[in-house]
Amino acid sequence: MNTNHSGRVGLWALVTVAFLLAGVGIGMLLTNIQERKSEGLMSPSLVQEIPAGELDPEVWGRNFPRQYGRFSMTETDYGRTRFGGSTPFDKLEAKPFLRKAWAGYAFSVDYNEERGHFYALEDQKRTRRTTEFNQPGACANCHAAEAPLLIQELGWEAFNSTPYDSLRDRLHLGSSCADCHDPATMDLRITRPAFMNAMEQRGIDLSKATRQEMRTYVCAQCHVEYYFLGPDKVLTFPWSRGTVIDSIEKHYDQYGFNDWTHAETGGGMLKMQHPEFETFTSSVHYASGVACADCHMPYTREGGVKISDHWVRSPLTNVNNSCQTCHKIPERDLIDRVEGIQIKTKEMLSLAEAAISDAIDAIVAARAAGASDEALAEARRLHRSSQMRWDFVDAENSMGFHSPQEAARILTHSVDLARQAQMAAWKLLPGPASSPPTRTTSPGR
Amino acid sequence: MNQSRLPPLLAFASLGLVAGLGGFTVSHAKGFSYFKDDPAACVNCHVMKDQYESWQHSSHREWATCNECHMPHDLVGKYTRKAINGWNHSVKFTSGSFPEPIMIQRRNKEVALENCVSCHQTMVNDVLLGHRAERDEVRCTDCHGNVGHLGVG
Repeated sequence: MNTNHSGRVGLWALVTVAFLLAGVGIGMLLTNIQERKSEGLMSPSLVQEIPAGELDPEVWGRNFPRQYGRFSMTETDYGRTRFGGSTPFDKLEAKPFLRKAWAGYAFSVDYNEERGHFYALEDQKRTRRTTEFNQPGACANCHAAEAPLLIQELGWEAFNSTPYDSLRDRLHLGSSCADCHDPATMDLRITRPAFMNAMEQRGIDLSKATRQEMRTYVCAQCHVEYYFLGPDKVLTFPWSRGTVIDSIEKHYDQYGFNDWTHAETGGGMLKMQHPEFETFTSSVHYASGVACADCHMPYTREGGVKISDHWVRSPLTNVNNSCQTCHKIPERDLIDRVEGIQIKTKEMLSLAEAAISDAIDAIVAARAAGASDEALAEARRLHRSSQMRWDFVDAENSMGFHSPQEAARILTHSVDLARQAQMAAWKLLPGPASSPPTRTTSPGR
Repeated sequence: MNQSRLPPLLAFASLGLVAGLGGFTVSHAKGFSYFKDDPAACVNCHVMKDQYESWQHSSHREWATCNECHMPHDLVGKYTRKAINGWNHSVKFTSGSFPEPIMIQRRNKEVALENCVSCHQTMVNDVLLGHRAERDEVRCTDCHGNVGHLGVG
């Protein structure tokens, strides 16, 4: 009798404990569900849903006023830094050598220091390079927010080949939130086909890109060297062999591509445009995991909220947020370091310009002396190789800072190739080999 | 003594001896401290001295103990991680076969970085929007590496 009674008590005790634990488990599950639900709500109060094709930053800004407020600052002129800044000025006036280097090409007619992303389309519409020359719609790929929608509407080839002037009335917005962000989730996304195509060709799967990689890739949609391929003028990046200048040259050589024929030397030439991505990805900062946005859109605190600073500009105007987060040394020392690199790059750049100027003079002289195209081929080839390297560093907007050692290497080759071009042209001049012509003074600064 | 009583006697005696010696060992190694949250437990292994001392001079000294940064905050997760880490630490420290400088393992790093967000959620919410932030590790310590143990380890 006793054992039965104690057995039943034991059984009830067991049942109680089992259900007690079950109750605890259910409670924990409930709180977990509640947590997940609240995580799903985004903290910014959404004033309105942003439609899928919305391009106007002002509309996006209603949900994200802080980011939009900072982005709007790209309209302001914050002045000049030692080698850059946002104040527009005539670069051809500032460095007359440029007219000589680009003789026969649109860039020798109009070339200005660029300003904030706010003006991406406005300045493109105004430059004489689009108003006095027949440019293809491909130019709008990067400078107009409407590009992805127009590509969808017209088709990739048709969009690129449509004359720019025919598209003018359809282009109203420059850089936009939609270029880089998904309107539903604010995820970073790629919207420009040329970059997608180039990365696919290199075997890089953009869908697997990490968030940090995307913080460089969204900029690389536009801040790259490019060209217009074929009769359809399809926007293409010359990266089939790699992104260093030597690989880019091999890509162009494989296709025998030239941007223009030099008006004075008669040689086929290549123009390099803003290769910031190709340059930066060769640097120690990039290898250390730093993205474009880390320096150019650094995290900044507005009140109790941290945001990416959408006022894209020179980090020299924002040393505390751009540099001192990781490099905890005085601001003056950081600026000195940056400018020190830039001053040295400028020194090498000027030597390359002097050499290229001399090479052009020599080829012009040889041509005037009656040298044939066949005879001039070597000198012209060397000039082309030299000038594309000088241009790669000159058109890149960091004066070497994005990758100092690589910039130095490129300019060293540029100087060497230009002097080789000069010597090759001299060989074609009449008169004894022991009396080469005197070196002309070049205006390169 | 009765011969039939010897084997059980030996068995119980050995059991008692092992239990006693084992219990003393656990107590001598401050084994029970690992069930709690006192940071001093982590520095039972003197190799953690640099981290412990620099934490005491860090910005988080008054705000977060070792477990509050390095352990999941939920009950099951916390004790699971304690068990896994505890086992690994015991093996490595006994055998001495761990590389120096000691580098945090991937899962433990994820836990620590998730805990940054757990406390600082309202501050960093805007910079973690989008699906990629869920998929990737967040990278707070890439720039803020010194808030825990002053850049040491």
